[in-house]
This record gives sequence, structure tokens and C-alpha cells, in this order.
Amino acid sequence: MAVIYSKPKSLADLQLHYCPGCTHGIIHRLVAQAIDDLGIEGTTIGVAPVGCAVMAYDYFKCDMIEAAHGRAPAVATGLKRSDPSNVVFTYQGDGDLASIGMAETVHAAARNENITIIFVNNAIYGMTGGQMAPTSLPGQVTQTSPYGRDTNTTGFPIRVSEMLATLDGPEYIERVAVNNVKNVKNAQKAIKKAFENQINGKGFSLIEVISACPTNWGLTPQKALEWIDEKMIPYYPLGVYKDRSAEKEVK
Amino acid sequence: MAEKVLMKGNEAIAEAAIRSGCRHYLGYPITPQTEIAAYMAKRMPKINGVFLQAESEISAINMVYGVAATGKRVMTSSSSPGISLKQEGISYIAGSDVPALIVNVQRGGPGLGGIQPSQSDYFQATKGGGHGDYHLIVLTPASVQEMADLTSHAFDLADKYRMPVMLLADGTIGQMMEPVELPEEKTSTVEKPWALTGTKMQREHNIINSLYLNTELLEKTNFERFERYKQIEENEVMYESFMMEDAEICVVSFGITARVSKNAIIEARRQGIKVGLIRPITVWPFPKQPILEAADKVKAFISVEMSMGQMLEDIKLACECKKPVHLCNRVGGMIPSPEQVLAKIVEVEGGKN
Repeated sequence: MAVIYSKPKSLADLQLHYCPGCTHGIIHRLVAQAIDDLGIEGTTIGVAPVGCAVMAYDYFKCDMIEAAHGRAPAVATGLKRSDPSNVVFTYQGDGDLASIGMAETVHAAARNENITIIFVNNAIYGMTGGQMAPTSLPGQVTQTSPYGRDTNTTGFPIRVSEMLATLDGPEYIERVAVNNVKNVKNAQKAIKKAFENQINGKGFSLIEVISACPTNWGLTPQKALEWIDEKMIPYYPLGVYKDRSAEKEVK
Repeated sequence: MAEKVLMKGNEAIAEAAIRSGCRHYLGYPITPQTEIAAYMAKRMPKINGVFLQAESEISAINMVYGVAATGKRVMTSSSSPGISLKQEGISYIAGSDVPALIVNVQRGGPGLGGIQPSQSDYFQATKGGGHGDYHLIVLTPASVQEMADLTSHAFDLADKYRMPVMLLADGTIGQMMEPVELPEEKTSTVEKPWALTGTKMQREHNIINSLYLNTELLEKTNFERFERYKQIEENEVMYESFMMEDAEICVVSFGITARVSKNAIIEARRQGIKVGLIRPITVWPFPKQPILEAADKVKAFISVEMSMGQMLEDIKLACECKKPVHLCNRVGGMIPSPEQVLAKIVEVEGGKN
């Protein structure tokens, strides 16, 4: 019988520690699938963040390093500059990338550092138990915004993809989601392209993945996927925000 | 003998690093060490190396962590306020057991302080600096020649013990020019099977990490690391002993103040006072044994340092408080004069404890 679906080889055969209904598992799979498809497991080095995905170093079978909170793009820069023939990616959440690590993110993008960033945006700090993130929506109830995020005192969510797309540096910025089959398929294409860009020496590629956190959103897994359509995507529209190579082709 | 060249201390560090096989320098500008970055910016592109000016000291040390994880020789340099910013990264480097060189060309503090020389980061350098139980090997050059020699030595120590090593200099030695004989070209000879080079599908994946949620495992890594530190304390102590054979007073001083102290000691000897110097070259590991041995012979110690008495505490511990330890210091970017040190020696000789 023909196997039409199997676990990617570059994903370790371990039980993931993520909560039921969390979409980190899907995103891990998509990253590993891209690594498999491109045949780069043996030359890839991944950088794990601080946050829910901190133990991603156990799950990917390529060489891995665990960075300090927010510093993954700097660590990735060191890894890539040490041996540009290796493929280097970071896997970071919204607190890690868009709060404490914003400077590292922006400057790696500005340098067009030839790395791939998988940015998982679920609008909350998951690992520490559901605090307000830089991407939490206006009015969103979290442990540290118990009356709903008040934009008068806490400001507004940061649209990372839109912001980075204003820079001349980066090659490719796209926002995707993983809350239904169609979106997962698009996400797979985008993630693969982000790795291909690096292999082809094109430079900085960041894929923002809108992800569900049913536990800290206080929703069932099904409701959380719906919340992405109803609340997240209207604020964070999906699409390609920058694709330098495509722009050149058009011109 | 090799030819001597006239160089600034900071430049001697940079050239010695290159000759030691370092091809990756990641830094951020801060006075009084910027010549290191400037030198690297000029030289690295010519020798297929990497110079990168990071967006912050924090980013620079994390780039160092990334390069170090691949097993290549790598360094950063900064000065006191910048070194404070690097502490998080240094703790991760220590906790992940990867080798790297961090240069601190110290300036006065706390806070933004000043840009003149200081030794007031002694505690930070020798007692850990960042969070958690760890040490750096800390080398203290007292001349431009030692800036070069100890940089070269630092890379070997870092590789040998898989840990961060700090060159703890100060603005004086960083900025002054002296003739220097540059070290021989070399590269790392240590095998690094732990390095992140890509598995090439030939081995299990390597993981560089400092997270251990299993408490017993985290305890074990701490105990093992301190076993290594014990070996370093046994094998890697460096110090200079000057006029100590018949000394009744022992001056303890490192770096630029040790040179000032030598002048004062020579003058004191001319006046008939039996005084000598122990100059720690490693301040971690601290030369405890020679100081303990001296404690049985001398009547007092004088710590000459450009801080409010930080090394003084290590001298007290080393001599087991057998003899009084006096402080002779200037701070805030001021350097003790030979006259000041001499006056202190004369005062202590007079027996006023």
C-alpha cells in the first residue's frame, strides 16, 4: 500500500510537550517537511527560543542551539557568519521576537542576514501562563491585562510583517495561518520558500505564522481555530508583504 | 628574536587574536576600546574573516555565542558599561560550555561613569558577573606585550576548558603604545566533537544548550563544571613575584597599578624598607598559594588597585586573615601615583595598622 502521509524524517519521533489544540505541532511539522523536501537536514542548524518552543532543540534532528530570550536572530547571525554553507533558522514566538528581541529582529532584517525566521504569533505569552504580548489584540483578556488590553495604557499591537516590510533589507516577508487545511497548505509553501531563499543566497526571510493558544485564550481547540478567523486575521491580514525577487521579475 | 613593533595595547589585542586563529569579531563601539573594532574592521575582510558591528553589546555577545557554538575561535570586546550588557550572554556561554574571548578595557563606574581607566569591574569579572554559578578565567595584562601574549594564551585556555575567558585590561594599557613582539601564528588544536557543524547525516544531532528542567541533571552539570574549575585552579594560576625573597611588606597589585607599585617598591627599597610585590596575572583563578605563603613571612599586605577595595577581599581570603590587608587606591578614572603607593608603604612600615 502506498504511503501518502508520514512524519517528516527530520522531526524526532518524540511526544511533543505542547498543550492539546496548540498549533506549534503543525508548524514544527511544516518546518521539518521543508527541511526534508530540500534535503538539508545534514547542513541545517536551528535556533530555539525562550517560550513554549524552548525545547524545539529536542524535536528537530538537525544540529540545534538554545538562545537567550529574544536573541535568536543574533545567535543565528553568528552561526551563519561562521559557516555560510549551512542553513540556519530560528523558531520564535511573539514575546521572544516582537518584545524582548525586537532589536535583534529588526537589525537582522536590515542587514538582510541570510537566515530563515519562523515567527509564531499567538498573541500571548504561553510558557509563563498567558500574559499580554506585544501582539495581543485590543481588549484581549490576559493574565496581565485582566480587564482587557487597554490601548490607552498599553499601546497597540505590533504588526511585525508590515513593519519589517518597510525596510530595504529583507528578501521575503509573509504572514500565514495554520487554522484550516487551506491555510496550512499556504503556510507549507511559504516556509519552504523561506528556506529556498536562504539556499539561493537571497537573504532574510521571515514567515509569521498565526497560531492558536487554546489554553491561554481560554477556548476549546475548535473555538480557538475560529477565533483566528474572527479576531486575529482581521487585525493581522494574511499575505506576502515583501518579496524582492518577485518584485524584480514584475519590473 | 622576532622584530618588535610599536603598537597601542588595544591594537596588540586585535593582532594577537588574528594570529591565534580568530577570524570572527563581533562588537559594538565604546570608549576606550574602540581601536580593537577599528583594527578588526580593517584586517578581517583581507584575511577572509568576519568583522560585524552589532546593533548592541547584547546582540554582539549572542553572535559570539553563535560562532562559538560552531567551534571557531571568536571574540568580542567592550568596556565596563558594555560588559554589563553582555553578562546575560556570558552566562549562557558559560552555561553552554562553549569557548570564547571577551575583552574588557575597563573604565570608571558605576553607571555611565567616565572614560578614564579603572579596575572596578574586578568583582564582576572574578565572581561570575551574570546569573548562576560559573566562573571565567580572567587574565590581567600589565603591558602592551602582555595584551598580546595573554590574548594568545586566552584562546588556548578557552578551547582547553570549553569556557569563556576574559582579558581584564584597563583604559591605560588599552591606549598606551609600547614595543611589542607579536605572538606566533597558530590555530586551535583541540578536537570539538560537540560543535554545531551540521550533522552531514553522519551523526546524531548536537545540541548546545543551558536549559535543564531536570533538577538533578542541572545539579550534575554544575558539579561537573566546578570539577573543571578545580583543575583550572590547580593548573592555570599565573602571577609574578617581585622582590619578595626577604619582603616584610607584600604589595598585591595587577595591571597598570602593578607597574606603578614596582616604581614605589624600588624607591622604598632604596630607603631600606623590605617590600615586594605579588602581581596576579590570573585574578581568577586567584594566586592564593603564594599569598598564603607570604602571609607567614610578611607583617602586612597592601592592595593597590583602582577600585574601592575589590581585590582586597580576595587577598584577605587567600591569606586567611593572618595579616592585615591595607588598601591604597584611586577610583573614578584616577591612577595611583608612585608617591602615593610609597607613602602607604612607609606608613605600613611604621607599624600603624
